[in-house]
Amino acid sequence: MFQVRIHGRGGQGVVSAAEMLSVAAFDEGRFAQAFPSFGSERMGAPVMAFCRIDTREIRSREPVMQPDALIIQDPTLLHQVDLFSGLAAGGFILINSRRSAEELGIAELAHGIGHDHLCTVPASDLALKHTGRSMPNAALLGGFAAITGQLHLDSVTKAIREKFPGKVGESNVAAAEAAYEHVMKERQSPATHA
Amino acid sequence: MLKQTEGSHAIAEAVALCRPEVICAYPITPQTHIVEGLGEMVKDGSLTGCEFINVESEFAALSVAIGSSAAGARSYTATASQGILFMAEAVYNAAGLGLPIVMTIGNRAIGAPINIWNDHSDSMSMRDAGWIQLYAENNQEAADLHIQAFRLAEELSCPVMVCVDGFILTHAYERVDIPTQAQVDEYLPPFEPVQQLDCDDPVSIGAMVGPEAFFEVRYLQHYKQQRALELIPHFAEEFKNLFGREAGGLVRAYQCDDAETIVVALGSVNGTIKDVVDEMRAVGHRIGVLTLCSFRPFPLTAVRTALIKAKRVVVLEKSLAVGIGGVVSDGVRKALSGVVLRGYTVIAGLGGRAITGKSLRALFEKAERDELEMLSFLDLNWDVVERELERGRQQRRSGPTAENILRDLGPAGARIG
Repeated sequence: MFQVRIHGRGGQGVVSAAEMLSVAAFDEGRFAQAFPSFGSERMGAPVMAFCRIDTREIRSREPVMQPDALIIQDPTLLHQVDLFSGLAAGGFILINSRRSAEELGIAELAHGIGHDHLCTVPASDLALKHTGRSMPNAALLGGFAAITGQLHLDSVTKAIREKFPGKVGESNVAAAEAAYEHVMKERQSPATHA
Repeated sequence: MLKQTEGSHAIAEAVALCRPEVICAYPITPQTHIVEGLGEMVKDGSLTGCEFINVESEFAALSVAIGSSAAGARSYTATASQGILFMAEAVYNAAGLGLPIVMTIGNRAIGAPINIWNDHSDSMSMRDAGWIQLYAENNQEAADLHIQAFRLAEELSCPVMVCVDGFILTHAYERVDIPTQAQVDEYLPPFEPVQQLDCDDPVSIGAMVGPEAFFEVRYLQHYKQQRALELIPHFAEEFKNLFGREAGGLVRAYQCDDAETIVVALGSVNGTIKDVVDEMRAVGHRIGVLTLCSFRPFPLTAVRTALIKAKRVVVLEKSLAVGIGGVVSDGVRKALSGVVLRGYTVIAGLGGRAITGKSLRALFEKAERDELEMLSFLDLNWDVVERELERGRQQRRSGPTAENILRDLGPAGARIG
């Protein structure tokens, strides 16, 4: 089983991101479960959503306590929420930021998981460029496919098109593809700060 | 068709396939996406022959369903939490009048304190109102139970609640096989009411009844539920034959054959429990779980048969009968009348408190050592409780409990789980 926890703020499409991940996994013939952390739905409040992916039926209903991957949609949460709680050894961290992990002061996290398991991607900027809005969720899913290798980019873009038909979907797909490229490049570059 | 979809939406699709003729709902909190989905289907023409009525309250929602059901229309509504309390009088009326309404409960806690999260307090508050209550374990079963619910309700002329864990199921995306219209049509015949308001053949429904007849009318409600004990497994079997998968029934036993410890629970927590059972079985623990699908009628014989060989029973409940403890455990103890075994009641998950596999494992191992108290509270924060009690001992005007505790806990949202 592969477990994902997505952190963001109300209004950033955190719940939709988990939903699209589950749809992408379903399209690949796997079992998937996505659910929100059931917080009160206020703009700007810290929000979590979860996604589990497996090759067999998923029965557990507990929140994801030991994630294999963390997607952090809003880096300002770094100082507010215990984001890295329970992260599995060898897990992945993907952060929406134009700053590097070192600039964010979290480069030491890479020691436990490997430098190519910790990436930042300017998802809000990419979303703004391609969609005209700074909603980072779809772009981050492209980044997720790149950093974890758990899903094909094609499945992710198919799920995005399913969720947002028409032009909105296409522009979000473009943002996801750009984020995918960014993360692939960043992962291949040598560990400059390690 | 197999699809990855939200629980609420899967339920809406299943209800639509049942060809409802009237859907009435009060479409704000505490409502789920179910009626929103159905409203869209009526509006876009994909659900025909159905009137969607936006009402002004939950009391009106069920009152309208009573009226439309009495007029011979297949009627559906959904609610949760304070919503079902607000319609309480109508809940009893629907059952007393014997009207086969189907209602989804997206199970949530009841305030005060205000809380929108999952537990079973809402449907449990109406457990003796005369409705059949079925509890879904996952979203496939949630969808399937609605199809069975209309069949059962109309066969008996008795209303049915399908109880689905709020958020945990209603807001979860998972794979659900949505049946075809032809399959549902084959399973669910058109509604033939046993009583109907008809201008050409007038009757009055809801007469005042004195001491000479009230008792008998009430007894006949009980009789219907006793009949449901036979019909529920029968309709579940027919469902399995036609749809090719299991759903519903009175109870479902998992790894119970040689189990010394059997856990009993309702709803979605059974999934987490099964994972823990597998984990414990793998290292030699003789443990199993009995899932109660039908809570009303309470299947005394089926529960007794399933539990009689166990050494101990742990009833895990998502509601607290304040002043006594368990609700489900009362039924389980009645089922085990005369049988000597250890029985434990565990209250868990109130107001959306996460029920984790880790806590369940520790709990079950404690039960195996017979170190559990008769009544216990899973993952209750005793420090917080003790601080509040101490405040009360220190000063008379200790202030509002919920606010005091929130202040002790610090900012919400900073914790995981």
